[in-house]
Amino acid sequence: MEFRPILSAMRRNKVGAILISLQMAITLAILCNGIFIIVQRVALSKRPTGADESNIFVIPNQWVGSPPDLVARLRGDLTALRGLPGVIDAYATNSTLLSNGGSSEGVNLKPDQKEASAQTALYFADEHALNALGLKLVSGRNFNADEVTDKMGYTDHGPAGVVIITRALAEKLFPGKTALGQSIYVQPADHAMQVVGVVERMQVPWVGSWSAKFNDNSILEPFRYADTYAYYVVRSQPNQLAGVLKAAEKKLYEVGHDRVLEKIKSLTEARAEVYQDDRGLAVILGVVCTALVAVMAFGIVGLTSYWVAQRRRQIGIRRALGATRSAILHYFQTENCLIAASGAALGIGLAVCLNLWMVSTFEMERLHLSYPISGAFVMLLLGQASVLWPAMKAASVPPALATRAS
Amino acid sequence: MFNYYMALAVLSLKRNVVLTVLMIAAVGVGIGASMTMLTVFRAMAEDPIPNKSHELFAVQIDNWGPRKSFSSNGDNLSEQVSYTDAMALMSIRAAKRQSAMYATGAALTPEDPERRPFRVHARATYADFFPMFSVRFRFGASWTAAEEAERSEVLVISRELNDKVFAGANSVGKTLNLDGHPFRVVGVMEHWEPIPKFYDLNDMYGKSEEIFVPFGRAIENQMPSWGNTNCHDDIGAPGWDGHLRSECVWVQFWAELPTAAEAEHYRSVLNNYAADQQRSGRFHWPPNTRVRDVREWLTYQHVVSNEARILVLVSFSFLLVCLLNAMGLMLAKIMGRAGDIGIRRALGANRRAIFSQCLIEAGVVGLAGGCLGLALTALGLVGLRSLLSESVSRLTHLSISDVAIALILSIVATTLAGLYPTWRAAQVQPVWQLKAQ
Repeated sequence: MEFRPILSAMRRNKVGAILISLQMAITLAILCNGIFIIVQRVALSKRPTGADESNIFVIPNQWVGSPPDLVARLRGDLTALRGLPGVIDAYATNSTLLSNGGSSEGVNLKPDQKEASAQTALYFADEHALNALGLKLVSGRNFNADEVTDKMGYTDHGPAGVVIITRALAEKLFPGKTALGQSIYVQPADHAMQVVGVVERMQVPWVGSWSAKFNDNSILEPFRYADTYAYYVVRSQPNQLAGVLKAAEKKLYEVGHDRVLEKIKSLTEARAEVYQDDRGLAVILGVVCTALVAVMAFGIVGLTSYWVAQRRRQIGIRRALGATRSAILHYFQTENCLIAASGAALGIGLAVCLNLWMVSTFEMERLHLSYPISGAFVMLLLGQASVLWPAMKAASVPPALATRAS
Repeated sequence: MFNYYMALAVLSLKRNVVLTVLMIAAVGVGIGASMTMLTVFRAMAEDPIPNKSHELFAVQIDNWGPRKSFSSNGDNLSEQVSYTDAMALMSIRAAKRQSAMYATGAALTPEDPERRPFRVHARATYADFFPMFSVRFRFGASWTAAEEAERSEVLVISRELNDKVFAGANSVGKTLNLDGHPFRVVGVMEHWEPIPKFYDLNDMYGKSEEIFVPFGRAIENQMPSWGNTNCHDDIGAPGWDGHLRSECVWVQFWAELPTAAEAEHYRSVLNNYAADQQRSGRFHWPPNTRVRDVREWLTYQHVVSNEARILVLVSFSFLLVCLLNAMGLMLAKIMGRAGDIGIRRALGANRRAIFSQCLIEAGVVGLAGGCLGLALTALGLVGLRSLLSESVSRLTHLSISDVAIALILSIVATTLAGLYPTWRAAQVQPVWQLKAQ
């Protein structure tokens, strides 16, 4: 295929070629970054919590007023929940997975340390918590019943003697060493807590960007949370969640009716809810990217068809002078390929620039180079697909056209 | 002349339906996408209290000192103040109006024993809250200064709660049972829902509270904070009183300062207060205080999310591609009509006449694209509502100004895109075209 005639024809119609090339460049830049964001959001929303999510539900329990016998009521509730058929275990806590609400602290390795060694989430848990969440203990032991104390609301600052931490936190605090038996300091700053167990994973309750850096750093403190507002976490036998959830609500009202039980939900629902806007963003970007590609493709079809229509006479003359159908077809295909290649080259640069700007402005991650490179190939293929129909129309121009007056 | 050019434009557009449809579709899709995102963005960036936003100030006092840093803003100031500082500022009363406030909640037990207690979101605040934030009352009014001083068990309820509990009737004087305490209704608000909820951005797009109770009463009843409490590493003594005396920050503080002089005066009052705290030994650092009006506050707190900015950026780049597309098509169309233009030029039309005729044609495409774009925007917003969480969905409403922006944007952008093809049309040499025929 001879490039020279194509180039000289393009020179006579350079604005049209530039417009297509620019469209392809911008489309490529947006497509790469858009898909990159989609992939990241989907990955975020799939981060594991470490718990047996599909069988767990959470009951936010709010007592009316401040009953003086909170501790007894809490014990009564937990006994009732654990006794329900289909319930594996249950416990009461200050904060739950995928809830976006909880308590966070810096962890120190020495009392009165200036700069915290790690940031962590604090979960209150009793000896039933590991079983109720389905957390996997990788070393050490669970809490003993006699280590668990009652925590009377958020202004009760009684310290914990022992803690269970996540493996991510253990590796951050004690790299290369065992965390078991080590002391850590949270609140009050001079009170040592001994690590007795390490669980494989427990995500912090927040899913947004501020906690992304310590996503798997959690501490379980041996407290039974006896507050007017606490969360009961219940794990059911597999495939029994819906029924157990209804029974649990009914049972709790039977045990004591002066309470509010609203927004009881499974962790599966909580996950869908808490990541709804991330998923929404991914879908919106997906739709915009699809529309973008469609607009670009139709634009190429429209413009090339017009060029073909304009050049019908010239095509007829070329055909009359001996050019084959496939020569005409290839002419338009090569022309598009040249335009697309220049657009893709520009687009790769634009995609990287756009990403660098987003990195500095929105604290986004760096784009992997495979995105713009595979995007460039997609652009070339798209260009070829869009040009095929007009090019075939051009190839079907009869040579006899050259002899007719226009 | 304009009408004639309009007729010509429509005629010309009708002549090549495929190209016309492609052009209008490209412009329409671009406008639809960008307007959908712009609507959400504008709603996010909107002034929630336009007539007073420059008179209302959020107050910040550094009670932690330079050794601790608030990573989010980098200025060592917390968005909230401690109970101690809030009470001190309430007793100084240096502003026209001022109010400390915090988010809390309660269980409301209906009188009908058959009905279960339900959760209500509450705000503990001062009587100044209502006139300060221009809250209008449907029935009754705010509590009085005397009731505030006596820490009476009174409350103001939202119109929505009044509809739910009292079926919309005038409930002033009636009693609501909150966590076992009988609170007397003194006022029912009109529907009031600033977006974003500027006075407490912990719950940015959350609904307004259903009940408002006197701050002193809430403290006495030990109504816990349902918002954000930040203690860093100084949690104070155990128990409610210990919590009140601690340096934990959990109270929002707003002041109404109608003039620049008053704002300046308030700044010096704050600095003097902080200097006093330094002298008394509570603060070991020089005064670090700040007041910011509503707009400054929203910017400072990054109310417009990065996601919204990215989507606006993406959608406007999309619009740019659509316009480039339409421009290419217009160019093709006009060059295809070079013959006609040549004849018109030969018959006496000057360049300016050709130019305005083609530009009007571009404008017509822009108008049609804008109308299509509006329909797509409406559709896009419905789509967003089904995709996004309830709180963000509250930002997806098309206002009259959005409609105007869409149409103007579409016509202006398309006409701009049409400038080059139009200029090319005006350059057509009549003689050449006639010769070619």
